[in-house]
Amino acid sequence: MLTALDKKLLEEVADLHGQPPGAYNIRKDGEGIQRRSLEGIEIKTKADQPGIDVIVAAGKEGSVHIPVILTETDLSDLVFNTIDIGEGADIKLVAGCGIHNPGSKNAQHDGVHEIIVRRGARLHYSEKHFGEGEGGGKRVLNPKTVIVIEEDAYAELELIQIRGVDETSRVTEVEVKAGGRLVMFERLLTDGRQTADSDVAVKLMGEQSTARIISRSVAQGHSRQVFTPRLMAYGPGRGHVECDSIIMDHAAVRSVPEIWAENSEAELVHEAAIGKIAGEQLIKLMSLGLTEEEAEEAIISGFLK
Amino acid sequence: MFTLEDISLIIEESDQEIMILHNINLQLEAGKMYALTGPNGSGKSSLARVAMGIYKPTGGQVFLNGEDITSLGITERARRGIGYAFQQPPRFKGMQVKDMLEYAFKYSDGVNCQVLRQIGLCPEDYLERALDSSLSGGEMKRIEIATMLAQNPKVRIFDEPEAGIDLWSFEQLINVIGESHRDNATTMVISHQEKILNMVDEIILMEGGTVSMRGDRDTIWPQIKESARCSCRRSCQMEEEIYADCPR
Repeated sequence: MLTALDKKLLEEVADLHGQPPGAYNIRKDGEGIQRRSLEGIEIKTKADQPGIDVIVAAGKEGSVHIPVILTETDLSDLVFNTIDIGEGADIKLVAGCGIHNPGSKNAQHDGVHEIIVRRGARLHYSEKHFGEGEGGGKRVLNPKTVIVIEEDAYAELELIQIRGVDETSRVTEVEVKAGGRLVMFERLLTDGRQTADSDVAVKLMGEQSTARIISRSVAQGHSRQVFTPRLMAYGPGRGHVECDSIIMDHAAVRSVPEIWAENSEAELVHEAAIGKIAGEQLIKLMSLGLTEEEAEEAIISGFLK
Repeated sequence: MFTLEDISLIIEESDQEIMILHNINLQLEAGKMYALTGPNGSGKSSLARVAMGIYKPTGGQVFLNGEDITSLGITERARRGIGYAFQQPPRFKGMQVKDMLEYAFKYSDGVNCQVLRQIGLCPEDYLERALDSSLSGGEMKRIEIATMLAQNPKVRIFDEPEAGIDLWSFEQLINVIGESHRDNATTMVISHQEKILNMVDEIILMEGGTVSMRGDRDTIWPQIKESARCSCRRSCQMEEEIYADCPR
């Protein structure tokens, strides 16, 4: 039975308003509490470690929600999930973690997702982090996502964390095989004394493999962010890394994009920019009647959209 | 009536005070269209920015229909019905054309997104376009004009609307500015373009931070052209004298 708090957290991280439409597995405070498998989408508990296996049959279309929520303080949850998207399948996978820490001790979730997107399949992966709680205890999230995109498969990743999480260290590793395509959007907003590290490594392995990594972040207060997106081409692939950050108040942002080619036909580009909100942008919106605060909010929400 | 009274603007640069505007007095009537023209650096855009509240004048007062609005900021002036179309509109990553139009509609008396059609852009193609570097300078300018139309203010200031716009769009732009001018609105267009100067009621010439000439178009425009020719002749003569000893 889900409490009102559980429902709120699920709404925040997985946009769930009631029962998910497709297959799902909801994990709360270290334990699976609700699950539904469907024909062609099987979810089962791992035998050797905490976590689940999600097996999607070839050609299957549908959605899978696997959110995690933590509602207790002094809790450390570690989970390993394996997701196998069958050939030609088309799946929307919604992960994400919401923490409500009511106490003075830490609440931490470390999640490892291993995903294989098989030949010709399509995956839309969404992972949203959310944190809240009246206690002084930290909300800590450390996700690791490892993905293999097979020949002619496509994966779109949407990784979102807007305020609320005190510490996060995210690792994303993707291997893109010939004809495979990756599009990754990362959106992050930190404030107060929050810290966020994002380490992304994408390997383009074969002909016609492509990757586009777009990272947008806003750092407010005294928060600190570090981005290290690395794009490596071992074959004649094409890739583009774009890291943009708005820095405000007393925050610090470090952005270290790296491109690395081992094939003369590879084409890789990186762009990185850190800067404050442009004065002319604020003036423009204020000249339409917005207050300075409204203008700032509009610019930030547009930037992170 | 929009009134600028004894407006001065002094800025400090490298420990030096530079006079940008000097004792400007202008009364701009509702229902009339004005052109503000003059050489580069004469203070036209600075004056427009003082009118919008972007620059705070060093001296003088600004009145809108008798109310002293000198101390009001940009937001309050916009909400009272003053609009300003930028010479170089800023770009916004992630923000869409429709977002900008929605903000403009918020404090207006409600015009629909036909404003895009008015400036020759198809709403279906443009509403969801990002206001970033994917749009050309000309498209940005046209969207800026559309935003002004959406805002539908009582006092509308266009800062060089023709800059960066191709000839075809320029013709259309002139029509849009002319047609959008309402009976009870005051329109001021900063421009050097004869076609724009030809459609206004009055021309205001600025030189060296002051208003050097003002009057109805038919009287003032021939004088400005003559003055520009004399100035050109003077500078050519001066150049001849300076370079007289140089090998050609």
